[in-house]
Amino acid sequence: MTTTDRQIAAITPDTIENVGRRTFLEAGIAAGAGLLLGLRIGPAPATDTDHAGAAPAAAATFAPNAFVRIGTDDTVTVIVKHLEMGQGTFTGLPTLVAEELDAAWDQIRAEGAPADAARYNNLLWGSAQGTGGSTALANSYEQLRKAGAAARQMLVAAAAQRWQVPAADIQVKDGVVSHHAGHSARFGELAEAAARLTVPAQIRLKDPAQFKLIGKPGLHRTDGPSKTDGSALFTQDVRLPGLLTALVVHPPRFGARVKRIHDTEARAIPGVERIAGIPSGVAIIARDFWTARRAQDALRVDWDETDAMTEGTAEILARYRELAKSPGAIARRDGDVDAALAGAAQVIEAEYSVPYLAHAAMEPMNCVIEPTDQGIRVWNGEQFQTGDQAALAKVFELAPEQVEIRMLFAGGSFGRRANPASDYLIEAAHCYQALRARLPVKLQWTREDDMRAGWYRPLYLHRIRAGIDPKGRPVGWDQRIVGQSIIAGTAFEPMLITDQVDQTSVEGAANLPYTVPNFRLDLHSPRLPVPVQWWRSVGSSHTAFAGECMIDELATAAGQDPVAYRLRLLKNHPRHLGVLKLAAEKAGWGQPLPKGRGRGVAVHESFGTTVAQVAEVTVRKGGQFRVDRVVIAVDCGLAVNPDVIRAQMEGGMGFGLSAALLGEIRIEHGAVVQSNFHDYQVLRIDRMPEVEVHIVASAQPPTGVGEPATPVIAPAVANALFAVTGQRLRSLPLRLSP
Amino acid sequence: MLTLRINGTEHQLDLDPAMPLLWAIREHVGLTGTKYGCGMAQCGACTVFLNGAPVRSCSTPVSVAAGGEVVTIEGLVQGLGAGALGKVGQAVRTAWLELDVVQCGFCQSGQILAATALLAENPDPTDAQIDAAMSGNLCRCATYARIRGAIRRAADALV
Repeated sequence: MTTTDRQIAAITPDTIENVGRRTFLEAGIAAGAGLLLGLRIGPAPATDTDHAGAAPAAAATFAPNAFVRIGTDDTVTVIVKHLEMGQGTFTGLPTLVAEELDAAWDQIRAEGAPADAARYNNLLWGSAQGTGGSTALANSYEQLRKAGAAARQMLVAAAAQRWQVPAADIQVKDGVVSHHAGHSARFGELAEAAARLTVPAQIRLKDPAQFKLIGKPGLHRTDGPSKTDGSALFTQDVRLPGLLTALVVHPPRFGARVKRIHDTEARAIPGVERIAGIPSGVAIIARDFWTARRAQDALRVDWDETDAMTEGTAEILARYRELAKSPGAIARRDGDVDAALAGAAQVIEAEYSVPYLAHAAMEPMNCVIEPTDQGIRVWNGEQFQTGDQAALAKVFELAPEQVEIRMLFAGGSFGRRANPASDYLIEAAHCYQALRARLPVKLQWTREDDMRAGWYRPLYLHRIRAGIDPKGRPVGWDQRIVGQSIIAGTAFEPMLITDQVDQTSVEGAANLPYTVPNFRLDLHSPRLPVPVQWWRSVGSSHTAFAGECMIDELATAAGQDPVAYRLRLLKNHPRHLGVLKLAAEKAGWGQPLPKGRGRGVAVHESFGTTVAQVAEVTVRKGGQFRVDRVVIAVDCGLAVNPDVIRAQMEGGMGFGLSAALLGEIRIEHGAVVQSNFHDYQVLRIDRMPEVEVHIVASAQPPTGVGEPATPVIAPAVANALFAVTGQRLRSLPLRLSP
Repeated sequence: MLTLRINGTEHQLDLDPAMPLLWAIREHVGLTGTKYGCGMAQCGACTVFLNGAPVRSCSTPVSVAAGGEVVTIEGLVQGLGAGALGKVGQAVRTAWLELDVVQCGFCQSGQILAATALLAENPDPTDAQIDAAMSGNLCRCATYARIRGAIRRAADALV
């Protein structure tokens, strides 16, 4: 048993025996562009096992490609290259394999892939491995179906050899291979024989009409059992022999640096191993969390605030308003918007703003760094393998392959764990280095760190002037966006910033779907010391609010119904039309409601998926209101797992509703005011509306569902509040005047 | 030395009496289903039963729990817990699986314990009662609609 094995044993005792027992046979290699075959499948390295608290892996004998392993015990393990952070990858991706393999759903297990961009890159991201942009299912759709189909063909070939019958006469159903002459074998019985065959060069995929699992109800989440009995392994739960806990005291103001550390008292606490300045603050390393926490209380730090930020939200907003008076970098220009507005029957002008937001995942950021004989091992809810591996290799002066990454379940992320600067991973590395001992270290951020030490959805300001003709039709739309770029200074800059326009700042606005003959969108991207990052639905988290509220204002100015008005302007967008009509119909749009209640609508496309929502609100005296019901219609192409889609629509909407009603990180004098859930309020169950989800039937390739429900709810609620009160709310969170 | 009885097993531990019960359970007993989410009783991820009542273990000093009966998610799903708790807990977990409530899963131990506490006291709660009882347990994935549904389903199963 290696050291690694013992350490795994310390975490999940049952898996260790299997690791020891496991024997991998040399499986064949073959081509198949989408399959990434031609890879080494030798003895299974320990790195190929036990991620994300996966169920104990079976004795595996048949591993035809990088994504499937079939054990003699009939277990089919699907290697999932994408992080499971709640969005359902450990269910959706195995569905694709199980379908083509004709496996029974209850024999399927999911296991996280190691960092290995050659095998596990995101096909929509080129050569990078990572999870984001609602791409997991879309980029895996063909790849994993092929992986399952290849395995099926090999099992069939093995059976044909054994029974001396033509392969064409063999059937596979629910994990059983059979022949009409009475032969029958379970996958496990054929696994060893199949492993001796070469992977077929020609892989046949099913006609979607034959699907038995894809698109069907009743496939329970693979991670349900472990997440309801306490056994699912998150980074917070990693336990290793000798593991120490690191807390970091971060500067209270952005841009401040450590000047002097007063640690005499803190160092005197038994169990405190080390206190040291690191680039991002002061690291406290102790035998456990509580000891480190006590040391943190005993520690005093003088900060050098020479370069510290002095502005706050109020000053930033004032600066943005000034900037909005001058033209920015052009993101899109059609026709002559100035002439169109000059000649319009009516011009409506509005300013929309959204605040900084924390991701506030339930699991505060954390990361374990462990020394190995080859380099280091990282235990993390890993969302961006390629970037993090390279960043850590640089810190440790190692080759990337010497940085082994164990992808564990993430207790939420909402974008936070795919940090382009690898911020908390590098901080964990610095803590490990500061320790100057070969012992594993777990960096644990407190909730206060999570709120105050960064990485926020940026504050944005939108100014829109739009004109309509005498019939109410929009003739010109002039939109200016001001806000920090989340891409500037990152490795993504060459791809995502073109002609000074960060595409993620304007997505959802530059592609406004409504027919407007004259259109201009420009952008200012001021630089500020506030660390900013993508947040579930990225640019759409603010552009949908501005755009969908403005179109509502135009409908009002035109004296037209908000749904009818949109439908007329969406003629070239069948998917928008489809979801809008469906949501309106299911919500009973147009049917009378009691006094004090009203409906609002919004429709928006992000990441290739189109979502419409109708929100029903009740407004009480004094400006209190409640969102009672939300009807959601979604078009995400072929619905692979209808229930996962429904869950993402419900939860994604709830995440957006949290920001719409409550979310705000406020900065004063360079420091974040909020610190924990008492002052950064998030949605609780008592404000969760009833939700109905309707999925548009489609045979188009599947697109993602993790993000697209999030941006739609804020404008739907704002528009509903207008319908009841006549007040246009143009900044988030939504607050009605009494 | 203090004695902690967790899921029916006694542990003799030499700990700072002010240490929150959460960290004793997680780091010294080694049961990690109980989570740290906020450290100030705002999120509910650290919920455990102490002598049959749900408490926020992040804000309960371990000295308060010494000598008492602690049940965590790991014990609850095995049917442990004073009175009807174990039986209710298993029904709650079954409903959770049937409705596929979980997403990221990090808060769900706390949600299941809070739901169990509710149903043990009120076998047929209204939606308003569910909301009141569960509003101390945050879920950033916003699985709330399914949590309501699973509590109703567990209530039906327990009749």
